[in-house]
Amino acid sequence: MKLSDLKALFDRADHCAEEFYNAPYRAAIARARREQDDLFMLLVFSEMMGVPNPVSYYTLELQPILLERFHDWHQRMGMEHSPLDHIKCC
Amino acid sequence: MNAIYLMLIGLAAMALGYFVYAKFICEKIFKVDPKFLTPAHELNDGIDYVPTNKYVLWGHHFTSVAGAAPIIGPAIAVIWGWVPAFVWVVLGTIFFAGVHDAGGIWASNRNQAKSIGSLTGDIIGKRARSCFMIVIFLLLLMVNAVFAVVIARQLISFPSATIPVWGAIVVALIIGQLIYRRSIGLMSVTLLGVIALYAMIYVGAKLPFSLPEQVAGLNANQSWIIILFAYAAIASLLPVWVLLQPRDYINGIQLFIGLILFYGAVLAAGPEIVAPPFNTDLPEGTPSIVPILFVTVACGAISGFHGLVSSGTTSKQLDKEPDLRFVGYFGAVGEGALALSAIIATAAGFATLGDWQAIYYSFGQGGVGAFIQGGANILRQGLGLDNVLAETLLTVMVVLFAGTTMDTSLRLQRYIFQEWGVIYRIGWLQKPLQATLLAVGSCLLLAFGVGGDGSGGLLIWPLFGTTNQLLAGFTLLVITVMLVKRGRPMWYTLAPLLFLLVMTTLGLLIQLKSFYNQQDWFLLSLDIVVLIAAILISLESSWVLGKQIKANKAEAVNR
Repeated sequence: MKLSDLKALFDRADHCAEEFYNAPYRAAIARARREQDDLFMLLVFSEMMGVPNPVSYYTLELQPILLERFHDWHQRMGMEHSPLDHIKCC
Repeated sequence: MNAIYLMLIGLAAMALGYFVYAKFICEKIFKVDPKFLTPAHELNDGIDYVPTNKYVLWGHHFTSVAGAAPIIGPAIAVIWGWVPAFVWVVLGTIFFAGVHDAGGIWASNRNQAKSIGSLTGDIIGKRARSCFMIVIFLLLLMVNAVFAVVIARQLISFPSATIPVWGAIVVALIIGQLIYRRSIGLMSVTLLGVIALYAMIYVGAKLPFSLPEQVAGLNANQSWIIILFAYAAIASLLPVWVLLQPRDYINGIQLFIGLILFYGAVLAAGPEIVAPPFNTDLPEGTPSIVPILFVTVACGAISGFHGLVSSGTTSKQLDKEPDLRFVGYFGAVGEGALALSAIIATAAGFATLGDWQAIYYSFGQGGVGAFIQGGANILRQGLGLDNVLAETLLTVMVVLFAGTTMDTSLRLQRYIFQEWGVIYRIGWLQKPLQATLLAVGSCLLLAFGVGGDGSGGLLIWPLFGTTNQLLAGFTLLVITVMLVKRGRPMWYTLAPLLFLLVMTTLGLLIQLKSFYNQQDWFLLSLDIVVLIAAILISLESSWVLGKQIKANKAEAVNR
């Protein structure tokens, strides 16, 4: 067996092990990550909703990047439509 | 008889079951369709629904369903002789568990991968679903209380296991950090983790650790149980990636290595079976083999818990429908192989019949301890391992199984409390910490409420079997109703369902009498709750099935 074959075999085993590791907990971790993202989103958009944001200077420039995900977020937060007048996503 | 024959016959029969019976069931009865769009594809969201390679999914399914129960049950059941336990494990795996597990995935898969609880509500009715919730809660309570006792006893009997058992948690914590924070390839981390784990087993054998006999008025058993619950509460509150995920993973790898080592040792040593095929000299107080055998060996023959995993996570990740034969049925075969190893260890692991009888001097004594002692003898003969090292290896295997099951089921119990908080609008109950404290509190109450030495959980072990079998009954009932609705033969799932219901009800009645005679009111009331659930299931089964069969006949006449 060549060294490259051995490396390919190891890579495949690595991939399978990774899947085996993640399969049972994929949902739990994705949810935990989404919750963190939601909190982060709240920080970024808080000032527009009148919540004082201690890190507004740093988060302001992130808003355009996060706009695409804004719709899913406000729905998960229980707001049927966008709470911000100047961001009408739906 | 030589144990090699037992191993070969058992494994060959289960393999035959997979290649012949499972093929028949999946292709002719379930009629699995390679073109069916599974929920994993239809609802793929990258979170819950993700199509997964069938070998990976089998690994997930098998390690999720394999806990300490397939070891405890058969190891206790060998008291009636090895033949009944062997026959029930082999036939149970082929005709009961395999059909149940694969069927659970099939039923869920054909209903947007819903869990068996919500399927029970949809297909059978609301009453059955309420019954289901109570059975689940009782089962989780028993698992937590029993497993805490089992672990505590093993840590006292085998102090050499203390360092590797608790060290495994440190290994898991480090693995979790390495994978998420350092992004190191999993194979390298796995190798390091396994080496660390086995190195600790070696160190543990050299440096046994026991708790002092008395700490603050508590004996070692009580102290370990309290420590274990404190640990489980913390583990269930931590994010899953920190501890549970790496711990389950390293435990799964250890399960594969442990099984290979054990069967390798049986092949190399070829030990003779010393336990009697049928034990005619039963110790006093041993219950009747029928029906107690069928509720003592639950996991390993058929287990309702599997239905929860089958319909909970496995069905959401099924890539193609025909894969359910490999994932579900072969997953049950894996657990059957684990139960078979427990039978071989307890039947062939002792030098003489006298040694065996010294362990099995009363019912319930020959559990995990017999598996560890017998298994260690076989490992010593087959692989030349030092006896203490072999015992430590098996103890760590059993304790890690029980420990990870405890972590998960405590978390599930917390979810049930939180769910009740939402249903009944109790704000404080919806918070994780409070719900966890209640879950731990109820388990501690059970563990210390009966007897006071913390072993209350173990007394209700026979109730675990009946409750678990009832849960299996729910899954089989859902599958049977679905088959009848589709006009397919129903006997392949109805026969196991009827058998389980009869054995469970009989078992509960016998236990009811003995609890009444012992004036054990706590167990008596628990028994009555489970008995009512069993009767309700029987009534619901006959009502729903009767209605469906009538509807089918009316439709046939109209046509």
